Amino acid sequence: MEQNLLLTYLLLTPIIGSVLVLFLKKEQKQLIRLFGLAVSLVAFVVSLVVYFEFNQANPQFQFIHQVIWIKSLNISYHVGVDGISLLLVLLTTFLTPLTLLSSWKAIEKNLKMFTFSMLFLEVGMLGVFISLDLFLFYIFWEAMLIPMYFIIGIWGGERRIYAAVKFFIFTMFGSLLMLVAIIWLAVYASTTLGYFTTNLIELYKVGPTIPHQIQTWMFGAFFLSFAIKVPLFPLHTWLPDAHVEAPTAGSVILAGVLLKMGTYGFVRFCLPLFPQSSVQFAPIISVVAVIGIIYGALVSMAQTDMKKLVAYSSVSHLGFVVLGIFAMTVESIQGAVIQMINHGLSTGALFLLVGVLYERTHRRDIAFYGGIAKLVPLYSTVLMIATLSSIGLPGLNGFVGEFLILIGSFKSSVLNSWWFTIFAATGVIFAAVYMLWMYQRVVFGEVKNEALKHELTDMNLREMIVIVPIFIFIVWIGVYPNMFLKLTEASTQSILQQVGTFTGNLLK
Amino acid sequence: MINLIYLTVLLPLLGFLINGLIGRKIKNEKVIGIIGSGTVGIAFVIIILAFIETLALPVENRSNTVELFTWISAAGLNIKFAYLVDQLSLTMSLIVTGVGFLIHVYSIGYMHGDKGFWRFFAYLNLFIFAMMNLVLGDNFVVLFLGWEGVGLCSYLLIGFWYDRKFEKGTTSQAAKKAFVVNRIGDFGFLLGMFLIYFTFDSLNFKEVFSRAESFPVAELTFGLIALFLFIGAAGKSAQIPLFVWLPDAMAGPTPVSALIHAATMVTAGVYMVSRASIIFASAPAVMMIVAVIGLVTAIMAASIGLVQNDIKKVLAYSTISQLGYMFLAAGVGAFSASIFHLMTHAFFKALLFLGAGSVIHGMHEEQNIQKYGGLKKYMPKTYLTFFIATLAISGVPGLSGFFSKDEILWSAYANGGFVFWLIGAITAMLTAFYMFRLVSLTFYSKERFDHHHVHPHESPAVMTVPLMILAFLSVVGGYIGIPKVFSGEHGNLFEGWLEPIYAPALAKLATFGSHSHLEEILLMAVSVAAALSAIYFSLYVYTKKLQIAENVSIKFKGIYYLLWNKYFVDEVYEAAVVEPIQKGSEKLLWKIFDVKIIDGLANGVASLVESGSGIIRKIQTGITQFYAVVMMAGIAFALLWLILSL
Repeated sequence: MEQNLLLTYLLLTPIIGSVLVLFLKKEQKQLIRLFGLAVSLVAFVVSLVVYFEFNQANPQFQFIHQVIWIKSLNISYHVGVDGISLLLVLLTTFLTPLTLLSSWKAIEKNLKMFTFSMLFLEVGMLGVFISLDLFLFYIFWEAMLIPMYFIIGIWGGERRIYAAVKFFIFTMFGSLLMLVAIIWLAVYASTTLGYFTTNLIELYKVGPTIPHQIQTWMFGAFFLSFAIKVPLFPLHTWLPDAHVEAPTAGSVILAGVLLKMGTYGFVRFCLPLFPQSSVQFAPIISVVAVIGIIYGALVSMAQTDMKKLVAYSSVSHLGFVVLGIFAMTVESIQGAVIQMINHGLSTGALFLLVGVLYERTHRRDIAFYGGIAKLVPLYSTVLMIATLSSIGLPGLNGFVGEFLILIGSFKSSVLNSWWFTIFAATGVIFAAVYMLWMYQRVVFGEVKNEALKHELTDMNLREMIVIVPIFIFIVWIGVYPNMFLKLTEASTQSILQQVGTFTGNLLK
Repeated sequence: MINLIYLTVLLPLLGFLINGLIGRKIKNEKVIGIIGSGTVGIAFVIIILAFIETLALPVENRSNTVELFTWISAAGLNIKFAYLVDQLSLTMSLIVTGVGFLIHVYSIGYMHGDKGFWRFFAYLNLFIFAMMNLVLGDNFVVLFLGWEGVGLCSYLLIGFWYDRKFEKGTTSQAAKKAFVVNRIGDFGFLLGMFLIYFTFDSLNFKEVFSRAESFPVAELTFGLIALFLFIGAAGKSAQIPLFVWLPDAMAGPTPVSALIHAATMVTAGVYMVSRASIIFASAPAVMMIVAVIGLVTAIMAASIGLVQNDIKKVLAYSTISQLGYMFLAAGVGAFSASIFHLMTHAFFKALLFLGAGSVIHGMHEEQNIQKYGGLKKYMPKTYLTFFIATLAISGVPGLSGFFSKDEILWSAYANGGFVFWLIGAITAMLTAFYMFRLVSLTFYSKERFDHHHVHPHESPAVMTVPLMILAFLSVVGGYIGIPKVFSGEHGNLFEGWLEPIYAPALAKLATFGSHSHLEEILLMAVSVAAALSAIYFSLYVYTKKLQIAENVSIKFKGIYYLLWNKYFVDEVYEAAVVEPIQKGSEKLLWKIFDVKIIDGLANGVASLVESGSGIIRKIQTGITQFYAVVMMAGIAFALLWLILSL
């Protein structure tokens, strides 16, 4: 098979970068910052090359690079992308430089270690999205926990240790189950294929042939691991704590990319590997997803801390994504994938903007603010745009995803009931309530605290450079989403075809 | 010009971008105002040209689509950014850009000196942009884009003076309320769209409506679609039970009330029902619901309007009431009459609001009509135009409101029955009464303001000229829709123009009974007489015998109290919906379920493991001898087990 090294270069960029950072002198802070930014920008450029070389019409994995790693077990370094993973790769390489730039002033302590962690994290995230070998995937999946643990634990807020440990234990618990399932799957492959393998493409043929009862268990193990990561209600309680304690950069990456690893897992592994179980459990999972949409929104409404509010809103938004995936229509899955990107952009922007305020006043409680429209007009406008994107205003990105998910789940033959969509759509109302309410309390009215008048300054150039690229995509996806939808169309159809072949479900 | 129709959308967008991005730096109000009004003015000219061009086409070619690009496409779903130029969208566009342009010009005077002048014009242009998408969109999704867009602009403009108080709260609370209540309606609209896509496999107007005629679809499905869409319409057009946001929307600057909350945006629901007439016509039960809700809204809002003292509030309830008329018309199948009333209402209600703005402007921001009086001599132009609009809304023969309202009342009688007509006619009477109460207390009667502090003055020409143009339209606007009883079979030009749009729906309804001309003229005479006597009575009470009004309010204290407090609808919603959700979310879901139960469980497991390992840890003593003993015991045990199992 022809080897393509492009993805390997992409992966190597942050690997080499993170190692090189360690050789820089601790005191040369500016150099470390610039170096980190440069490395992440190079990675972004490489990922753009991947995008331009990518053939949208081809539903297969592309840019495959496979090197035998553990020969006796048929484990290999095996990477490749399809339209879905490519979009998430782009999201990762796009957000990483922005987060580094956003922490220019915020991170002083252990800067070298921080830059190392962020680049290392990028390696983990990219690895997860491009791995085509379950063993390799699992390594990246776990490896990425380590830098995140440190980012929360070292540069976080007051209760950072509690939050970091909670984050670690929750996700670790899930992934151990997944490891067991991976090994079992590879062993089972040796009975049907005649050899032990963790090659995903080969396992796609094996998974659906697993006897029903065992498949249920396997599906459950994978599902639980991903569900914790998403996080799906009621496994979400690690998220608000992690977000509140994490530094801005950590929150952005956490919400922007890390959570998507869970939903990506559903699409890449659960559906094609265990189609029968996926179809069987789709209604139950969708019920949970819809509960999550409403629950997340309602709890958001009650929050007094801006960051926590945004964190709970993620629970709600990701409920939409999960619903879209398990509705298993082309519309809903394409909507779910684009919504993963959208959530990364709009929630990322919201966390960045909360961070902007926090950097100046060290307060996140909504009650402290009020009337800042007068003091920081530019910031208020920018926050309004992020808010509108988050509540799914047509013309901005959020609408496209939500609309496709809802319209797809409405006609879903797997769910076969309108109630999912009807209840999910109430989330659209609640989103407007909690977001606009927060906006109103923070921005409008009379200036509430005299301290604000001294402490608050408007967005500076660096902060605008961070936020404007995000906004460009927020508008772009809102007005011309087709460019992004085209990318995932063929891959989505091929996944649904896999599901349809083995379950005999009529999937349009 | 039809092919350039997208310019009418892009120009206001351009205006928004210029004023929004660099307006703060422009500083010069004139430049900002000219950019803001100019873009809308040019759009209006383009629409007129497109209108003339369409008029020149044969009737069967008058519906044209202008495609821009594919917006959202996934599987069978293919949403294009495309505009539909037909009789209905042109009519709406003329109103939106025409009245919109006048209000833009008026705003140059009204907003003079406001520190947010540039921001105001940016929002106003953004509104026109969204509204044009709403009326021109060739599919439900582009309509929805405009629909949400106008909602956003409404939100931004209601809360325009974000640091001001409004009644018991703030302007931004009123803004949020408007947005959220609208979103409840949008929820219905969305479900309607989903069901349409599910049923007809498209969201494009032409495709959906032609399939609605040909596909074998159950009446129940039609009913559900129509009902869902109507929920959306009720939200946007402030009908029961979602009308509560509109009175609060008066927190915004008065030109906003005129443009968004009277002439254009709030009529979007009427437009949508009218656009989807074939779907509604296929669901007779929902048509009945639409008519009844419209009718009840009309009389309820009019009754509240009787006792309010805030000049804008009276007009707000009046708007709700008139919107009710439009839905009544649509509900009885008189779609053309509902759009006709939408148009005349846009003229006279925009005029009333702008006139009110002129009064407020001249009275140093005072809005309480009890503190006006005798303003006629101070503001002659404002008075005259306001008076004309009042005559129009009261249905005085010869003015625009008479024609459109009469058309609705007659359709209500012919298709709905006597009771529909009666309630409609009573509403007309109430309307005449509260409007003349407003005129009397404002322009006639004794001067009740403090002459030391308040010096009423007429507004500048930039404000009064738009008033005069609107007054002219309020007078003559009705003559394009003269009832057939006077003008003959093809005499109603307006109905004839829109006829092709509604032909499929009317073919389905076909219930217009035959009634004699005499009957129609008789009913018309009765309703006109009722309105005229209400006007006379109102003038008499509020200019000469104020005592009567006081006595009545004391005698019927209960009713007065009920009306004054707007039937307590807000309070009921607060107690029944808002409070439980807020309290429940905070106390139950977050602090108990999330923190106590889920986290409690997770932390419980953690502490269980911790204490468990604390016990097991004791085995790890670190004393080698102890380990040796355990090892020996283990070996002994293993040997024993081996021996026993032999």
